[in-house]
Parts: sequence; C-alpha cells; structure tokens
Amino acid sequence: MEALVASAIGVMTAAGIYLILRMRTFPVVLGMAMLSYAVNIFLFATGRLAVNLPPILDHAGAETAGYTDPIPQALVLTAIVISFGMTAVVVMLSLGAFVEAGNDRIDLDEEEADQ
Amino acid sequence: MSPALIAALPFIGACLPAILIRTGRNHAAMAAGLTSGLALLGLLLHLPTVLAGGVVEAKFEWLPWLGLNANFMIDGLGMLFATLILGIGLLIILYARYYLSNQDPVGQFYTYLLLFQGAMVGIVLSDNILLLLVFWELTSLSSFLLIGYWKHLPEGRQGARMALTVTGMGGLSMIAGMLILGNIAGSYDISVILTQKEAIQSSDLYLPALILILGGAFTKSAQFPFHFWLPHAMAAPTPVSAYLHSATMVKAGLFLMARLWPVLAGTPEWFYIVATTGLITMLIGAKIAIFKDDLKALLAFSTVSHLGLITFLLGLGTKAAAIAAVFHIVNHATFKAALFMTAGIVDHEAHTRDLKRLGGLRHLMPVTFVIGTIAALSMAGIPLFNGFLSKELMLEEAAHTVWAGSAWIVPLVAAVAALFSAAYSFRFIAHGFLGPVRDDYPHKPHDPGFGMWASPAFLVILVLLIGIMPATFAGWIVDMAAGAVIGEAVHTHLAIWHGVTPALMMSVVAVVGGLILLAMFKPLKALWEATPRPEAKVIFEAIVAVVQRASDWVTAALHNGSMARYLILFTAGSLAAGVWAWSGGAMGPPTREMLPVTPVAIVGWIMLVTAAGSVVAFHHNRILALVLIGIVGLIVSVCFIYLSAPDLALTQLSVEVVTAVLMLLALNFLPKVTQRGVGQMRHVFDIALASVTGLGTGLLIYALMMRDFAFPTMSGYHLANSYNLGGGTNVVNVILVDFRGYDTYGEVIVLGIAALVIFALTEALLQGASSRKLIAWRPDVARAGDKHPIMLLIGTRVMMPIALLVGVFIFLRGHNLPGGGFIAGLVVSIALVMQYMASGFAWTQARQKVYYHVLIGLGVLAAGITGIGAWFAGKPFLTSAYGYVKLPGLEEFELATAAGFDLGVFLGVVGSVLLALGGLSRLARRAAVGAEPVYAHIVAEKPEARSPEELNPFPRETLLPKRFAEARGYTSARNDDAPPPDDPPKPKTKKKKSKKGEAQ
Repeated sequence: MEALVASAIGVMTAAGIYLILRMRTFPVVLGMAMLSYAVNIFLFATGRLAVNLPPILDHAGAETAGYTDPIPQALVLTAIVISFGMTAVVVMLSLGAFVEAGNDRIDLDEEEADQ
Repeated sequence: MSPALIAALPFIGACLPAILIRTGRNHAAMAAGLTSGLALLGLLLHLPTVLAGGVVEAKFEWLPWLGLNANFMIDGLGMLFATLILGIGLLIILYARYYLSNQDPVGQFYTYLLLFQGAMVGIVLSDNILLLLVFWELTSLSSFLLIGYWKHLPEGRQGARMALTVTGMGGLSMIAGMLILGNIAGSYDISVILTQKEAIQSSDLYLPALILILGGAFTKSAQFPFHFWLPHAMAAPTPVSAYLHSATMVKAGLFLMARLWPVLAGTPEWFYIVATTGLITMLIGAKIAIFKDDLKALLAFSTVSHLGLITFLLGLGTKAAAIAAVFHIVNHATFKAALFMTAGIVDHEAHTRDLKRLGGLRHLMPVTFVIGTIAALSMAGIPLFNGFLSKELMLEEAAHTVWAGSAWIVPLVAAVAALFSAAYSFRFIAHGFLGPVRDDYPHKPHDPGFGMWASPAFLVILVLLIGIMPATFAGWIVDMAAGAVIGEAVHTHLAIWHGVTPALMMSVVAVVGGLILLAMFKPLKALWEATPRPEAKVIFEAIVAVVQRASDWVTAALHNGSMARYLILFTAGSLAAGVWAWSGGAMGPPTREMLPVTPVAIVGWIMLVTAAGSVVAFHHNRILALVLIGIVGLIVSVCFIYLSAPDLALTQLSVEVVTAVLMLLALNFLPKVTQRGVGQMRHVFDIALASVTGLGTGLLIYALMMRDFAFPTMSGYHLANSYNLGGGTNVVNVILVDFRGYDTYGEVIVLGIAALVIFALTEALLQGASSRKLIAWRPDVARAGDKHPIMLLIGTRVMMPIALLVGVFIFLRGHNLPGGGFIAGLVVSIALVMQYMASGFAWTQARQKVYYHVLIGLGVLAAGITGIGAWFAGKPFLTSAYGYVKLPGLEEFELATAAGFDLGVFLGVVGSVLLALGGLSRLARRAAVGAEPVYAHIVAEKPEARSPEELNPFPRETLLPKRFAEARGYTSARNDDAPPPDDPPKPKTKKKKSKKGEAQ
C-alpha cells in the first residue's frame, strides 16, 4: 500500500512540475493544482497510513490506541481550502494578464529566444 | 516618571499634531510643546537622584533569549543629553511655530520632529545596546523625513537621501560592532558592558569592534571623511537644522563615544583613530567654514569643526579631556542652536542668507544682532562667553598631547583650527551685521516678533550665565555628566582665569589671527576660489551611480523576467538540497510492515496514474485536461476515505467542484488550446527534471512511511484530551477549532484576503482599457443553444433547500462526526454556485441580499468574538468551553463555544468562495454585454454602475404596447426595419414578461 501511495505522489509531483514549466498560464495553473494534490497527500502520509482507523473517538474517555493520526489531517484540511484560495488568485491573475496582454504566455523572452 | 515613559512620550505625542492640525497650527504646536514639556518635567523630577550619583532604571523583558531587553536608565550622561534634547526641542517647537509659513504642512513637521525627538531620547536613555540600535536607526529615518521636509526642493530631497545613505551605512556598521561588543562582554546591557573593560580591551576582536562602532559614530557625527552630508542637510528648514545640528542628531555619535568611553577609550588604537580624526575634522571644517557665503553653510561647517573638537577631546582618553568634552557639548548646543536660529531669522526677514548680499543689519535688526553677536563671540572663544571656557580646556589638553612622538603637531593644529574658528565667527558678525546699511536686500529686514527671538534669546542668556559664572551654572552639570562618562565622582573647578598658561597664549593668538584673517578676507577668498578642491556631492553621486549600476546588473542577470527559469532554478535547487541532505545522513532499516495491497487500491492507483499521465499528454486540449484533472481530484478524495480521513475526503470532494467551476469560468476567456512553445532540448530537459523530482519525492515519502516516528508525537495528547478539553469526539475538528484554533483563525483570514484580492483584481479589470477589451471580446467557440436549460434550472432550485439542510447538518455534526465549518461552508457554496450556473448571474444576484464581503467580515468577526469570549472567563484567546443543554421536548445535547468559532469559519468560507467565483462571472457578464444581441437589462450588479437607460427593466427590443412605452418615456421604440437579432424575440414570451413587469 505504501508503495502505491508513494509512487502516486511521485507521478503527481512529476506531472505537476512538468506542467508548471510550460509557457502558457493554463498549464501552469493545472500544474499547481496537481502539485497541491501531491503535497497534500505527502503531508497526510507523514502521519503514516492507516486503514479503517478514523480519528473519531468511539466514546468519551476512550483509549487513545487504535486511531489514526489526526494532526496531519487537520493540517491538510486547511491546506486544501487554502490551496483553493491560491488557485483562485492565480486563475484570476492569469485571466487578468490575458485580458490585458491579449495572450496567455508567461514569459516572452525565452519564448522568443526559442523560436 | 519612568524613563521608559519619558522615551515613549514623544512617540505618543507624535500622533497629536497630525490630528490637531485640522483645528489650527497653534493647537498642533501646543500639543507638541506640551508633550515635550511633560517629558522634560518627568525627566527633571529625577534630577536630584541623578545629581546624588544615583541611576534611575526601568527594565522590561522584551526578547530576553536574544539579549534584547527594553531597559532604560537615567544616569548623569543620559540626563544631560535628554535635557538638551527635550529642552532645545521645546525652544525649537516655539521657534518653528513662527518660522514656518502658511503653505508648509505644520502638522507633519511637528509629527516628524516628535518622532525624531523620541528616537533621540531613546538613544540616550537606553541601557541595552540592541535597544539603542533600534532608536539609532529610528533617528536616521526620522531625520530623513525632517531634512526632506520641503519635498518640492530637489536640494532637500537630495540632502535627505545623502544623510540617510551615509548615516544608514554607518548604522549598519555599528550593528555589527555592537554585536561583537555584546558578544565579548557577554551581555547587551550597557551597565554590564561598562564593567568589562579588561575583557573587551584584551579581546582579539577589540579592534574590529572599535572600528565598526566608530563607523557608526563618525558618520552620525559628520567626522572626516563622512562630514560631507551635514552641509547638504542644510536644505532643511532652519528649525530642523538648529535642532539636528546643535543638540541632537550629530551629537548622537558623540554620545555613543562618551557612553562607551569607559570600555573603549585609553588604548593607542582609540587615541590614534579618534583623536586624529577629530583633529583633522576640526581643522578642515573650520577652514571651509571661513569661505562659505551662505550663513547656514558657514554654520554647518563650523558644526563639523566643533564636532571634531569634541571627538578629539574624547579621543585623547584622559579624564580631563573627557570633562572638557562634556563641557563643550553643553556650550556648543547652546550657542550653535542660537546661531542657527539667528540665521533662520535673517533668512526669514531679509529673504536671503547670502553673506555677500547682507551687512548692516545691526541697525535694522538690533535684537537679532545682539543675540547673534553673543552667540558668535562664544563660538569664537572670547572670554566671558561659554565657548571660551571649553575651548581653553581643549587647548590646554592639546598643549601637552604628544602625537607619534611629536610634541608640537597637535598644539599647532589645534591652535590653527581655533584661529580659523575665530575667523569665521568674526565673519558671521562682520559680514552679516556690521558695515553700512544697504538698499538692495531682497526684502526690507526688521526684527521679528517676540515668539521668534525668544528661543535664541533664552539660549544666549545661558551662554552669558555659563560664561561669566561657570562654576554656578555649569559646574554641577559637568560634574554629573562627566562623572557618568568617567565612572567616578568628578569635581571640576571651572573658572575664567587660570593665569597665563600656554592655552591662554594660544587663545590670544587665535583671536588676533582670526581678526587678521578677516581683514585679509578678499584676497584669501580669491585664492580659495582659484584652488581646485574635491566636490563631495559629485564624488558621492558618482559612487552611488556605480553601486546602482552594479546592483542593476546583478538584478538583471538573476531576474530576466522568465518565470519558467525561476521555477527551474527553484525545482533544481530543492532537488539538489534534498540530494545533499540525503547523502549526508544514514538511514535506519524500515520499522513498519507494509499494509496489504487490496484490489480496490490497485484500481484506484491505475486510474490516478493514468489520469495524471493523460493530463500531461493531453494538456494542449484544455477542456479535456480539466476533465482529467477532475478525475485525479476524485481519486484523491477516495484515497482519503480509504485511508481513514473522512473529513479530508469531504473537503477535497467539495473543493473539487468549486475548483472545476472556477477553471471553467476562466476557460471561458482563455484559449482552449495550448500551443506548443518550447524547443526539443528544453522539452527533454523539462521531462527529465520533472521525472527526477517526482522520483525523489516518491522515494522520500516511501522511506518516511516505512518507518515509525522517532519520537512520540503530540497526536496522543490530542486524542486523549479531545473529549475532556474540547468536548468533541471528531479529533480533527477539535484540533481545527480548539487546539489549533489560532491557526485556523489565520487561515480563514488568509482565505478572505485571497477573495478580496480577486475582487480587487476584478474591479481593476472592469475599468479602463481592459473593460473595453472585455466588451469587444467575442466567444471563440460556439455557445450552447440554451443558456439556462430548464432541467438544470428546476433541478437546482428544488435541490437548494435540501443542499442547505445538508450544509446545516454537516455543520452541526462536525464536532463529533466528520463535518464542520470548512466542509459545510463548501457545501453551501456549491449549492449557491449551482444557482448562479443554472439561473444566471443576474437572476441569482437579484435574490441575494448579502454582500459576500460582509459575509467574510462577519466570519472573521464571529470567530474573533468567540475567541475573545474566553478572556471574560480569564482564559487565553480562543480557549473553548462546552456544556450540555436540556431543552424540553428534545434530547439533551451538547453546546460548545467552538461552534461559534466554527460558524465564523463557515461564513468566511462561503463568503470567500462566492466572492472569488462571483468576480470571474462579473468579467464574463461584462464580456457578454457586447456579444448579446438583446440589450442586457442589468449590466452590472452594482446599481450605481448602471446608466439610466440600463435601469429600464425592459430590453430595447421588448415588444411593449405603445402607451406603456410612452408612459415610461421609452424613447427608442422598437425598430421593426432593423435586421432581426441572432435570436429573434418570441412575441408571446416577451408579452408575458411585460405583463409581469406591469404587475410589479
């Protein structure tokens, strides 16, 4: 299981990095979303994996054994919402740049140099 | 009054003039004066204690582990300086009230002045060198504001910039020196450092620390070769010059040297660096001052020279010299402030301060003449004025100083400098006030009102009193301050007559020589004009230009504007750091068993990897890529459920929906296809970099997951106390709203800020050129035939109450079961977003009564108020409490204050999501205005943005009965000849609509 999760994180990171290195805004936004997934699962996985052990106490005063690690979950929960906020800002910036400039390139110089 | 309060008062008072200026300049001046006066009074109440040899202290721990404490003390030296700063500050406040014109922003002036005053008082009362450094930098900054006060004058701005550059660089050097000093002494408290003389002077780091500290002191006190900034700072209004260059700013360097004199002085290094610099400065400043025609420039260079004199005395390292230095600090402050104010009066009345255009003012301005003459004679070193006494002490010290084996060089230079000093003082009187009355002054001069000459008059009275009866009026002050410098009780015997000593001979020579120089002034001036000399400002600007070019070059080389390049560097850098960290340490064997791989997990893994790969492969087709990345998101949500994180799964799922809507809205405008942009090489490189990074990340997390925690984490604490302390069984939610509520609070605020940023960007895009571009924009793909499909429309409206109910349900159960404010907020947002999508922005907005900004504000407020509530129970911010409530007819249920906090989170999330998405739809609506054949009846959702014609509820092409059209003043009646729009209006529906309109 750990191998599957780790390889999935690796694949998503690679895809994210590849996309943010593109020359247009939209792939960069997609790449950031992809990187957010990878980073969120990465952080979540630092609590070690557990199946069928939710962080919900059975009853008051229950034993603390037999539950999953709640702290990474709490961190990742807010991270998911914040990464939405970040994505929204980046989308808005890219849209603004597109409307102002008439194209959605992220850097002219290198693009022109490559042509 | 506590020393800390004395230092704080000017800062507090600095707010008053800025506010009170609206009620008139008198009130602003009075507020400034009262603040200074109050601080001075508080200070002088400590005078008896300090005179008796006591030290008043106030200690506050600020950052004790850094050694930075807000420790203040008033000893003799601090007392003297603080009295000078506050006392002369008071006189300057009075003087400036009459000096500044109606066009000057007086409120700003007093605010800057008080800020500066507070910073200076802070320096002299600090008992901690780090605190002192803070105030030191504050003086540089506030003096920048004061020197550049006349913003319209280029000289003012250049002078302010130069002063800030020079003193700021010195400040940096001093920070380094002070840190070394504190390190050697083992404490940053001055009172401790002063006891560590042996340790400091025997340290290897003594010389570097000394040079660095002196770098700060010399730049501040305008010592050679850093003296050039001071004359350029004369572009400031005269009250500023009088304040900064007599008693305060330039004395800060001297203060520092005097403050650290017990531990730094007495070594050959100190003597050769400090005394020599002082001597050179004294001579050069005096020489240049003679030939300056501008009254203030003359005074500026004379200040440089006198600062050199005091530095020289401190540099000698003997006790007698230190006493003389303290005495001259007092005397210089009195006569130089009076002289600056005299120069200001002349400038104010005659509209010039050029000595070539002045002369004969003795008859026109008798009061000013008397004041200026007394002060200038004191500066020249004439007996019966206080300048004579300290200058003679200086010559006395110089007379028996041996410099590098030569017994005559120091006395000679000192005598020549004294001679020059006498010469420019005489010139100030002779060329300014004596001589015949002229008829070509720019403005007919006369004495100013009492308010303006009161301050200098007070100072020259002091000059006379100290000059005639030094033991009575200054002896005890000098004893007090010099005692603090030297570190032992001092009893000086200040007297006018010491018998015929070498110093007296040198004084006589200086005065006679000064008179001779004045008599030969014309040929000497011609000679001066003829000799080439370096122009400091040109050199300074050339150096600045070189530095600027170098920094431009470095910046341009590093930041070429290519984002891809930054990202490559960043990724490669992280990768390299990871590899380096990995290679440096050893890794233990895996300590955890791998969980069994189930078929479900394998299917999920295959889907995720395929989808992620497909996003990369098909990212040129943007819509397809969006669908594919949605699949990735869904699998991630499922993965969270599978791996025991129900809250995360709910959150991820709902965020997925809003993100997809967001991206679709953006894609409405953006091109639907990504063009291939990079060359083959770059492409291969990108793939390689991405693969290696992905591999590294995967290996890292794999290695981490296969090993247990090295130490027990705090999760155990959270699990054990979630119920007892937080009152909830869903530990994740309890952590969010209780244990780490502060973090969550910050995150809600960040989310709100992000939404407001989007709103601001939208507002900017809806104006000006970009608005016109939006209106001219045409969709690049075919639109759907039906804008608002009836199935979707009905479905979402029916679902709306159910969705809201689900939101409430998720919100309420959050504390004990998966759910909570974040998730509930997202669910409700989705319900609302669906309305916008199905029924259109205008329809929904018309039924939406709350502004989303308000919702964000309410959310932050609700969370904050809940947190503050804990204060009333005597608990820290955001401590939660819970209890059980039994209402008749209901089961007993639990109520936690955390619910109030969670409500804040909920409102914040709803407001932020909808404000962000709303911004994008507003852009789409603006673009639709031009694209739609039918005139949109609401252009913008803001009523004030609509033009009267747009306010008409009926589109232009609406078929209206003629009488209605006329009754409504609908001028542009339907033109049947016009070509039918793309979407021909259906008369039947339109009529229905118009009837509806009538009914309303």
